[in-house]
Amino acid sequence: MTSLGFLRHLRIGVKDLLRHKLRSFLTMLGVVFGVGSVVAMLAVGEGASSQALAEIRKLGSNNILLSSVKPAEEETQQRPSMMAVYGLLYEDDARLRETIPHVRRTVPARILRRDGALGERRVELRLVATTPDWFDLVRREIIAGRTLLRRDAERMAPVCVLTEAGARRLLAGAHSVGERVRIGSELFEVIGILRNESGGGAIETPDEELDAYIPLGVAQKLFGEVSVRHSQGSREMERVELHRIIVEVDAIDHVEKVASAIEAMLSRCHRKKDYRISVPLALLRQAETTKRTFNMVLGSIAGISLLVGGIGIMNIMLASVTERTREIGIRRAIGARRRQIVAQFLLESVVLSGAGGVVGLGLGVLIPKMITRFSGMPTVVPLYSLMLSFGISAAIGVVFGLYPAWRAAMLDPIAALRHE
Amino acid sequence: MNPSISVVHSNTDAPVEVIRLQGVSKVYRMESVEVRALTHITWSVRQGDFWAIMGASGSGKSTLLNLVGLLDRPSEGSYTLNGMNVADLDDDAMSQQRLLRLGFIFQSFNLIPQLSVQENIELPLFYRGWEAATCARRACELAEKVGLADRLRHRPAELSGGQCQRVAIARALANEPAVLLADEPTGNLDSRTGTQIMDLLVEMNQEGRTIIMVTHESDIAAYASCRLHLRDGRIERLEQGHP
Repeated sequence: MTSLGFLRHLRIGVKDLLRHKLRSFLTMLGVVFGVGSVVAMLAVGEGASSQALAEIRKLGSNNILLSSVKPAEEETQQRPSMMAVYGLLYEDDARLRETIPHVRRTVPARILRRDGALGERRVELRLVATTPDWFDLVRREIIAGRTLLRRDAERMAPVCVLTEAGARRLLAGAHSVGERVRIGSELFEVIGILRNESGGGAIETPDEELDAYIPLGVAQKLFGEVSVRHSQGSREMERVELHRIIVEVDAIDHVEKVASAIEAMLSRCHRKKDYRISVPLALLRQAETTKRTFNMVLGSIAGISLLVGGIGIMNIMLASVTERTREIGIRRAIGARRRQIVAQFLLESVVLSGAGGVVGLGLGVLIPKMITRFSGMPTVVPLYSLMLSFGISAAIGVVFGLYPAWRAAMLDPIAALRHE
Repeated sequence: MNPSISVVHSNTDAPVEVIRLQGVSKVYRMESVEVRALTHITWSVRQGDFWAIMGASGSGKSTLLNLVGLLDRPSEGSYTLNGMNVADLDDDAMSQQRLLRLGFIFQSFNLIPQLSVQENIELPLFYRGWEAATCARRACELAEKVGLADRLRHRPAELSGGQCQRVAIARALANEPAVLLADEPTGNLDSRTGTQIMDLLVEMNQEGRTIIMVTHESDIAAYASCRLHLRDGRIERLEQGHP
């Protein structure tokens, strides 16, 4: 068949479908919903994975995060006024770095809560006392000034790096670099401001919105190792050496092995489980698994819908073949070959399913938009999903149109001509 | 268009044999009962002949026309069309022969209702793979020939019976076939329109086209130059006209 013949068959097919608008539309519905849910499924999946990936990127996929956690039994056994001692130790940090292979470096951090004040403005900051390496592992854009440097630690310089959000709350800006901010009762020189990237996700990031970064040694000297928390009139004292240790592993393939080695080491050295290990990579894997489950559910809905749609098309095409038996007889008598009859009906079923596919694409683009609007779940409609699902809809037309078309072609011309 | 078809009148010295049936029988098997529709038909049609196949209903007229029209195959005997043994043709080749060498005209016109007059006439050209513009030009010519040039955009439902049959004739002529096969072409028409259609067929015959027409009316058969009388599937009588 020539391409011109193809176009004419196409025109005839479209015309015939337009003669039965309602019937054609109803037949299309199965494919519409099928294609719609394929696109929606891929959009939700893609959205979830791009979000997860973005979060993992914030954490760093080569990193392992250790946090100190107040052990559960401590709360009940000890009276609130007593000093609680728990958490990660400086020696954990050193041992980790020295004994576990594939660990490139570690970044210890103490976390304190102190009020920060600049002029009239006052805001509670999360003070992160750490080493300059922090900024290599938790990469954030520098808006103004610089991050902590090794010489700040060596000189025990009272300097701090603010976050964008913290700076805004203090009415500080790029111009504030070099000004002094009062943190607790001490004065710190602002040396830089960083872009915020924390928050918003399901995964905990190492940084928070209102962070202020200071050299670890300075914090030890100025604020000591004991933190006092006032709650409901009573004082709660805690002694925690390190609140966080970020471990950087040399290669992504070693991350899980190193994580289990750390787990083994810490469980040997700590009497209680007063730490938590979180592996962004494992979280990523988990997110992938969740996504896969979700996709399987949506995929089977789409599959069933497409199957039903296909059967609907087959049904209507069989009806159409019966209805047009005489026409088929006429065409055969005139000299149409079997394959030309097949082409005619196949094209018609493909037009039907393809049109369903196009409407389905519209639906599939709309549904994720609604999902994002009402649930806040991020969705991305990738181009390949549109092409894939349109391809599927066309394939449905071929697969389910083949049998009716074959039936039409195999009709005996004489019997077909006599058909009323 | 097929320029190789020469115009040969029935009274030319050496007429070409277009169709030859040799001992052709057709047996249908209906639920283990054998029905003999045709028995030992030996018949030849020369180029330019105008045959009427006559007989009572059930005498095998339509079966014979279907065999000659390559819509069916003989159970026994051989059928030669333009020197080709039909037994050697597969389904595609039979379709191709129907398309290029034969033109059908039916009692009930058999136009495709959803297509316009022009599209109906173009159908054989379309299956031949002609370009749309060439098809349209040819369809106009043919419509003009049968006197329907102003009806090209109409649907068959908007035409009278006589007009429908003219469209059918135009469609049958589209690929310049050697043989026109007409199955009771006037059966659904009043006598006046019937006469007009017959005049048109005679005109086609005078242009050199071979016509085989099935009819049970003797006044219609009188237009033909030769007559084949069938009774119970056998040839009862052959009348070869000598104009």
